[in-house]
Amino acid sequence: MYSKEHQTYLKNIKRTNYLVLFFQLFIILFFIILWQFAADHELINTFISSSPKMVVKTLVSLHQANNLYQHIGITIWETFLSFSLGTLLGVIIATILWYKPFLSRVCDPYLTILNSLPKVALGPIIIIWAGAGMKSIIFMALLISVIITIINVYQGFMDTDPGKIRLLKSMKATKSQIYFHLILPNSFGTIISALKINVSMSLIGVIMGEFLVSKSGIGYLIMYGSQVFNLNLVITGVFILCIVAALMYYSVLYLEKFLLKNKK
Amino acid sequence: MKPILSIDHLKKIYHTKRGEILAVDDFSYDLQKEQFVSIVGPSGCGKSTILSILCNLDQKSDGEISYDKNIRIGYMLQQDSLFEWLTILDNCLLGLKIEHGLNEESKQYVISLLEKYGLKEFIHSYPSNLSGGMRQRVALVRTLATKPDILLLDEPFSALDYQSRLAVSDDVFRIIKNEKKSAIMVTHDISEAISCSDTVIVLSSRPCKIKSIYPIELTDKKTPIENRKCKEFAKYYDKIWKDLDFHV
Repeated sequence: MYSKEHQTYLKNIKRTNYLVLFFQLFIILFFIILWQFAADHELINTFISSSPKMVVKTLVSLHQANNLYQHIGITIWETFLSFSLGTLLGVIIATILWYKPFLSRVCDPYLTILNSLPKVALGPIIIIWAGAGMKSIIFMALLISVIITIINVYQGFMDTDPGKIRLLKSMKATKSQIYFHLILPNSFGTIISALKINVSMSLIGVIMGEFLVSKSGIGYLIMYGSQVFNLNLVITGVFILCIVAALMYYSVLYLEKFLLKNKK
Repeated sequence: MKPILSIDHLKKIYHTKRGEILAVDDFSYDLQKEQFVSIVGPSGCGKSTILSILCNLDQKSDGEISYDKNIRIGYMLQQDSLFEWLTILDNCLLGLKIEHGLNEESKQYVISLLEKYGLKEFIHSYPSNLSGGMRQRVALVRTLATKPDILLLDEPFSALDYQSRLAVSDDVFRIIKNEKKSAIMVTHDISEAISCSDTVIVLSSRPCKIKSIYPIELTDKKTPIENRKCKEFAKYYDKIWKDLDFHV
């Protein structure tokens, strides 16, 4: 049994946690109610700003039309593909750059330029090269996620404690032994945080790609909605996207926890 | 007696964009078996360079280093450099894994070392659970795991606070004597050098040259902590201090 002071201390922590949760819920509920209220009393034009009820209606009709899940599924699948490919390729390329410092110096300005270039500008070229389909979308998302992965992971590799490298060298380790015994496990944290960045980057890429080319997916729903001036559809699309993004982010977070637990 | 390691007119020049720096000039010394030698010198004089060259981390510019090809050299650094993601045992097995010498026998040897030096209950712990002094002891066991004949110690205690430093230097000394190893230790701590070693080499400032060599003869020589109480201790301390010619 804890002392009285400690019990109050624990109680306080709990109370703060509840308070935070309360305000988090309060904000979203307040926003939705205000929005609906403004729509009901014609304070806003529902044609251009929709309303919570209309969003629900659109969701239901999408559900009945039976292609809601197909759209969501396609977006998730595309994101998953570009996310895994981007991470894998990024780590592989970062590894090559670490193995060959000369190559890394040569590539440095190109990586910097590619990183700062808004990849959407390459959209038209990608469509022409890869065709107006899923390939283009994945290519676009991959382009966005892979560059940032290379840069982050390479940086992680280079930040390895030189003392540890010296230690392995004094044991006469080869370069690949240094990589597998030290560099890779040491950069585990960096790679995990690259995953977190990557999942959002891939989603951005996928939605951008869907804006440009696709015939399905959440990005397509939003784009289609805006073209036919159906703002209900646009806002519903954004709403679904919020949920999908959150789900994917939290799955990576969960994956991180899982991997870290297995690590130790 | 034939020395276990002989260094003959060793010279090291560092090349940088701005020019070249003569770090070590004409360093010669013969290390005998089971001898414990300390090298002291002003900071940045190039003491550590000598050790780096001895274990092939750095290339010498000139001179000869000769030792029997069966002689193995182990290197212990200032930082313990333990891998946080490996258990104490796995950390100690690292050298064996690198040289593909890991088998049941060598593993048992490492476990016996860990047990012998008071780390038994931590074999499956991670480095973050250990104190600085214990970590340094693990680092020594890691160095001993590949059964080196000569240990190179590069300021092995300087990352520790004073109390642990005394305790750990005692430990390390005991372990090295126990395992009958020869050792070269680089340090900037005069009392540490006198209390641990059979011989102290004093170097001049850069480029480092041998200024003087003191065979340490203490009456009633025991462990490093005890040695500090010997009556000759102060005399050696004074001599080396004067040699180092330290000005604030």
